[in-house]
Amino acid sequence: MLRAYVFLFLAFLYAPILLLPVFAFNDGTVIAFPLNGFTTRWFSEMTRSRELHAALANSLTVAAAASILSVLLGLAAARANVRYRFPGKAAAMGLIMLPLVLPEIIVATSLLVVVVRFFEWPLTLWTVTAAHVLICTPFAVAILNASFQALDPAMEEAAIDLGENRASTFRLITLPLVMPGIVAALLISFTISLDEFIIAFFLTGSDPTLPVYIWSLLRFPKLLPVIMALGTILVILSVLILALAEWNRRRGLARAGVKDTGGFL
Amino acid sequence: MTETRRAARTGDDPLIRLRGVDKHFGDYHALRGLDLDIRAGEFFSLLGPSGCGKTTLLRVIAGFEDVSAGTVTLDGRDMHGVSANKRPTNMVFQSYAIFPHLSVEQNVGFGLRKLDGTKAEKAARVAEALEMVGLAGYGARAAHALSGGQRQRVALARALVLRPKVLLLDEPLSALDKKMREQMQVELIRLQRQVGITFILVTHDQEEALVMSDRIAVMFEGEIAQVAEAEALYRRPASRRVAEFIGVMNFLPARVSGDVVAVAGLGEMRIDALQSTAHADGDSVAGFRPETATLLFPGQEASDRVADGIVQEVVYYGDMTYYDVMLDGAETAVRISMRNVFGRPVLEIGTRTRLAWSPGAVTLFR
Amino acid sequence: MTQDSRRGLALVAPPLGYAVALLAGPLLAIFLFSFWTQDYLTIDRTPTLGNYREALSDPIYRTIMLRSLWISATVTIVTVILAFPVAYYVSFRIRPDRKSFWLFLITIPFWTSYLLRIFLWKVILGYNGVMNSGLIGLRIIDEPLTALLYNANAVIITLSHAFAPFAILPIFVALEKIDRALLEAGRDLGESAATTFLRVTLPLAMPGVVAALLIVFIPTVGDYVTPAQVGGSGGQMIANMIQTQFLGLNNAPMGATLAVIAMVLVTIISLATVWLARRLAGGRT
Repeated sequence: MLRAYVFLFLAFLYAPILLLPVFAFNDGTVIAFPLNGFTTRWFSEMTRSRELHAALANSLTVAAAASILSVLLGLAAARANVRYRFPGKAAAMGLIMLPLVLPEIIVATSLLVVVVRFFEWPLTLWTVTAAHVLICTPFAVAILNASFQALDPAMEEAAIDLGENRASTFRLITLPLVMPGIVAALLISFTISLDEFIIAFFLTGSDPTLPVYIWSLLRFPKLLPVIMALGTILVILSVLILALAEWNRRRGLARAGVKDTGGFL
Repeated sequence: MTETRRAARTGDDPLIRLRGVDKHFGDYHALRGLDLDIRAGEFFSLLGPSGCGKTTLLRVIAGFEDVSAGTVTLDGRDMHGVSANKRPTNMVFQSYAIFPHLSVEQNVGFGLRKLDGTKAEKAARVAEALEMVGLAGYGARAAHALSGGQRQRVALARALVLRPKVLLLDEPLSALDKKMREQMQVELIRLQRQVGITFILVTHDQEEALVMSDRIAVMFEGEIAQVAEAEALYRRPASRRVAEFIGVMNFLPARVSGDVVAVAGLGEMRIDALQSTAHADGDSVAGFRPETATLLFPGQEASDRVADGIVQEVVYYGDMTYYDVMLDGAETAVRISMRNVFGRPVLEIGTRTRLAWSPGAVTLFR
Repeated sequence: MTQDSRRGLALVAPPLGYAVALLAGPLLAIFLFSFWTQDYLTIDRTPTLGNYREALSDPIYRTIMLRSLWISATVTIVTVILAFPVAYYVSFRIRPDRKSFWLFLITIPFWTSYLLRIFLWKVILGYNGVMNSGLIGLRIIDEPLTALLYNANAVIITLSHAFAPFAILPIFVALEKIDRALLEAGRDLGESAATTFLRVTLPLAMPGVVAALLIVFIPTVGDYVTPAQVGGSGGQMIANMIQTQFLGLNNAPMGATLAVIAMVLVTIISLATVWLARRLAGGRT
């Protein structure tokens, strides 16, 4: 009974995604049944759309910059959290992790108010990137916390005992051992930024990110099959990136000799 | 035990001198004004129950913890402000802390990175160190593919390759199974004799400390209760607590009057005939080890004194039998260990028996 | 201050500074803004409670606020109830070495474009959608149902789908922490499988359930895309109203006021949930 329910639930979970390829290859501009026959023209149309390419390039730039910056900030926060005791630690970590439980609309509007009303700065991809760093950092911290916790403090002490200083210990021992966590955090942050819509919608200027572009297309059904084709490719890419992250994480655990304790989250 | 061997190897000037060493962790007082001298070339153990401060003391010597007060002198140099990477000490960690992303060779050669010398010279030193711990030929292995015993050997080689003045070992055998542990005990003793470096071992296992050390410091609650050679520690414990922690001892109430002590179940004896006394006035406690007394079987005669009692409990160990005997006039039973001689029966519970004992094996405590 | 404290503070300074500048500051700004007023393009900085008075008395705002809370609460409860058996199944019925794979399986849909998932729900629930085609094909109905899309129910279904992994994971983690010997002890002491579940498993899983409730409730209150896409006029939520105030009506102070009220309400309800769960757990933390 339980088993049957779980499979029903998985069907519910996967129902929308399984429709993606169906309409990506359907020879019709209306996304509805009945189907009209097989075509690959949406994929070829996708390769010709200049706006789409520009949006994709914007998204990739923002995601790359945001993931690198948030992992750098995440490294510092997670290291401080796991390794040190200092006054105000709970409050500091609480504020850094807050975006995890804050509705994104709040983050988006509050940043919009500050940027546009207080500073009267123009909205660019940089404002989107800055906001994405804010929401990606908590995920990076969560992943890197686990990495630093799995790191035996005696490893660093051993390096110092053998004559290294704090900086060279970090470079020779700490960094290689938390590298799987860093890679996982980069991939997750990248994926989150790539898919983020609301903040980008509020803070984007004249250069839309991919989700903002998709949003604009949702009002022009004629272009929707192209989005289905794009979505299909994105799903495959996401799964590949996640599988890569998971494989990398497990390899890291195996190398550190730690028992596997579950997924990223 | 070979006391002459030790006398020959240990000098008179202490290599490590601790004076008034105090360590606080917030409100927790981990070390309480310790004074301790450790001689060059000796195998020294810090023994005590968990939380007694022995590991903290080791980390203070290594330079991982600052002292709250007091001085640590190493080879005549005050260690204040000298960080761990600048001290002539190296440590074998309880978890071994073998770098999992490096090979055995890279682990052992890790500390040589900043030293002078050619690549070939360094490689030779690594090979020599691996040879010393019995891992010759293992250099190219990945560290994460090693067994527990091999990890420990790598940790030893990695520390010894730097030829430190002091090797610090933090419960190095606790992660190994019993058989492996006994084998490594012997190897560590051999290794220490071979390299002649001062070893400081932290352990909670009294047997391990007795087997391996030249001298042992017993610690309780951040204080040193006694520093002595193994045999002296076992035979003449300075306090009842030390006696209880090291091996098994029987305790009987005693009363001192003048130069005579009356012990429940054993009777009166002259104080100057005792093995040692940590107390000699009024109410006190007399203790003796289970193996210093024997039960007399029919036909046997006592060489010294005799007490009567009833067998209350029998625990058979194969080569040994432990008897709990309630002596006449005593309120708690004493434990006697007897080697099982072929042809001699094991006594049954309830048997009346005679106990041969000697005042020379009795210690008086507060 | 010890050396450790100084090093910790130095390390945490950059991420903390970033969060202060881009989160604490802007939140404070929005709070300030909510006491100001706007007339076309000019902002009047005289502090006033006028926005709050209007937000709390105008039936339009009240309706949309209550609807947001009602939809989020329904989504939360539906999602957690649907998620619990799945988490239980993965934790108790799946071989340990397969659990990672199952978690992966459950999280994959979550990592695919949110916008596309919502749009595809439109395709499923729409007039010519999968659901209607299927039901007509099975001859259960003759005419396509119009009640499936563009209303609050569509918002609930879509959000429940989107937040399912968020509910499953914390419950799964809590279930994983339960010592299996406790369940055997329950059986050993004469409980049936069902009563063991009720008296041992469920209470021990409560921290995970509470976490799941909060982790679904908090972001759904502020969700914008789902109500905008599938909600129709009767399924609009507070985020849509905030967006309208900021970008459509150009009344940023009112938008700020609504954002502050939404945050306060969410905080109160979250704290109340935690407090209630602690009371029910009998003082355990």
